[in-house]
Amino acid sequence: MDFLNAIVAFANFVFVPGLAYGAQLAIGALGVTMIYGILRFSNFAHGDTMAFGTAMTIWITWGFLALGISFGPLPTALLALPFGIIATILLLLGTDWAVYRFYREQKASPVILVIVSMGVMFVMNGVVRFIIGVRDIRFADGERFIITAREFRDMTGLNEGLAIKTTQAITVVVALIAMALLFWFLNKTRTGKSMRAFSDNEDLALLSGINPDWVVKVTWMIVAALATTAGVLYGLDKSFKAFTYFQLLLPIFAAAIVGGLGNPLGAIAGGFVIAFSEVTITYAWKKVLVYLMPESLEPDGLVQLLSTDYKFAVSFAILIIVLLFKPTGLFKGQSV
Amino acid sequence: MSTNVRDTALFGLVAVLLIGTGMIQGWNSALLILNMGLISAIMALGVNLQWGFAGLFNIGVMGFVALGGLAAVLVSTDPVPEAWQAGGLRIFAGLALGALTVVAAVQAQKRLEGRTKTIATLVILVGGFFLYRAVFDPGKVAVEAVNPAVSGNLGGLNLPILLSWPVGGLLAAGAAWVIGKTALGLRSDYLAIATLGIAEIIIAVLKNEDWLARGVKNVIGLDRPVPYEIDLQQDPGFVERAASLGLDPVTASTLYTKIGYAILFTIVLLIILWLAQKALNSPWGRMMRAIRDNETAAEAMGKDVKGRHLQIFILGSAVCGVAGAMMTTLDGQLTPGTYQPLRFTFLVWVMVIVGGSGNNFGAVLGGMLIWWLWVQVEPLGLGMMNILSSGLEDGSALKERMIDSAAHMRLLTMGVVLLLVLRFSPRGLIPER
Repeated sequence: MDFLNAIVAFANFVFVPGLAYGAQLAIGALGVTMIYGILRFSNFAHGDTMAFGTAMTIWITWGFLALGISFGPLPTALLALPFGIIATILLLLGTDWAVYRFYREQKASPVILVIVSMGVMFVMNGVVRFIIGVRDIRFADGERFIITAREFRDMTGLNEGLAIKTTQAITVVVALIAMALLFWFLNKTRTGKSMRAFSDNEDLALLSGINPDWVVKVTWMIVAALATTAGVLYGLDKSFKAFTYFQLLLPIFAAAIVGGLGNPLGAIAGGFVIAFSEVTITYAWKKVLVYLMPESLEPDGLVQLLSTDYKFAVSFAILIIVLLFKPTGLFKGQSV
Repeated sequence: MSTNVRDTALFGLVAVLLIGTGMIQGWNSALLILNMGLISAIMALGVNLQWGFAGLFNIGVMGFVALGGLAAVLVSTDPVPEAWQAGGLRIFAGLALGALTVVAAVQAQKRLEGRTKTIATLVILVGGFFLYRAVFDPGKVAVEAVNPAVSGNLGGLNLPILLSWPVGGLLAAGAAWVIGKTALGLRSDYLAIATLGIAEIIIAVLKNEDWLARGVKNVIGLDRPVPYEIDLQQDPGFVERAASLGLDPVTASTLYTKIGYAILFTIVLLIILWLAQKALNSPWGRMMRAIRDNETAAEAMGKDVKGRHLQIFILGSAVCGVAGAMMTTLDGQLTPGTYQPLRFTFLVWVMVIVGGSGNNFGAVLGGMLIWWLWVQVEPLGLGMMNILSSGLEDGSALKERMIDSAAHMRLLTMGVVLLLVLRFSPRGLIPER
């Protein structure tokens, strides 16, 4: 029984939150990795793109709610998501047309594009603040829990409860769908294949008649969809705040780099690696250990390796370790 | 127009902007902008050393600035003897153990082979971590329990705060050495992410390690290198002199202290600028630019690229640390919660790019100009929104929204300025020569 309790406590506090957070990071990292693979620069504006997509989705959600439209037990934001994605696609295509295109034609070095993306980051950050302000916004509605801790305890008779939030389940399901769609697109469609070819070897791809403008446009569209989805899922699960999204840049980049920049599979793996390490290292393990250890050995403290404020340190430490030992990431990424 | 005339005219523009601010918004505001502008110029010089001279992409400026601020606290505040007795020794023993663990792990990595290497490193790291926590934690708890409302930290050395400016540089240089040793071998955008992460970690440490500088409880009322306004106002001699200039004592005293700061900052700026110019025009500076422009060729000529990079990374970070200590001195307080990457890292980058990377005068110009803009965008934006929305009736939702949004003009303007400069004048206002 104690053993079961320990497993349930672990699942409740570490596994389920880690899984949801990992899925959010993975989708975010997929966006970063796509831009890196095809446009060949690290996009610092990605966090703010996520914020923009989420802000638009929130406005549309509010519009739906005002019209009396809701999604039953599921959050209305899921209905609004496609519209948010369209808005973000327009924004990114506009940004590419107004800003990035020029440097692509110039064949500017990647580091210049990174600095340009810093400028875009500032602008998008300002735009998001214009649109929605700096407040903390919760926009999840519908059922809050699939199963609450109390229901779980009553059902199983264990001491520990396992709560699964609707948003956590949605995150995982939506993430799986998004990943499946992306891989289907990249592996089966003509455009997807040409994107992969473009990413592997630009010159050969151009030689074989692939239209680079189209590839770039499709990439931005996919990135917009991924960024908005990741942002909305994160916002549903926690809350929306422009500044938090900017800070997500670090774990997202860590995930993409750990997995191997430019490699979509790696981005997914990296997302989960980062998420689970953050959660396990900052979790106070006492609650699990009390069930596993004999009473005499029970820990006094919280058995928390690092306080939660150091979660950046965790993503960062993993990043450094991976880079020192496997410079191209866990899965083979590209290097410019 | 020759280049010299152009450069002088640009600096003249900054002077006109500041004088204009003084005449319209009052000299106190103008001096406030000038002082932070001088500090920003020093930060921009630091980044220019790394990016303009050597092409190192460091976006962890915020961390080094914060370390400088920490130095101001550690140098100038009074020591807390009770805290030292309660756990000072334990804390330092713990930190020493932590450092030893890292050194041992690095040595194990270097000396051992194959599977023994992995196992030994893991054992050292995990064992060392728990040992460190076992020694360190009780000390930390004991220190933080000492009079937590006013201190709860170990305090400082009670030395003049001016001393903290070089110390801030040293502290930042030390951190830069550690970071450079691990991260400088990485590709440019990996280095960027690494430094971004390190800056966040430094801020997290400052926020959470209360024993060091009280964390988010902040340290206020730091010593000042210039007299207090209140003392000046009570000094009859000062009041008399102020009256002879036609100023009331309160205004005169605030101006006096601000001018005092401005003189101090200008001296530091001139010293650093002179050193940076000397460095730029020396064989060392030419070697740096050669390495920046073509690493492979420089390496083929027998230059130690990694060593030079480490050197300039440390130097640039130290300059940022000095600026950080100066800023905390000017503020009179250390508030770790206010350090934000957009303001302390990316804004400095805008300054360097707009001013002209690779040119020290460009960096100084960018620092002063962009800081002025950063401060003035809000009132300017508000004025603009007021004019734009004047046709709308009072209290309408759109009008309120427009006026509210003026507060967010800053980031947008900075982004637009950066993008415009990158597009139309990619080498900046005063380009590299």
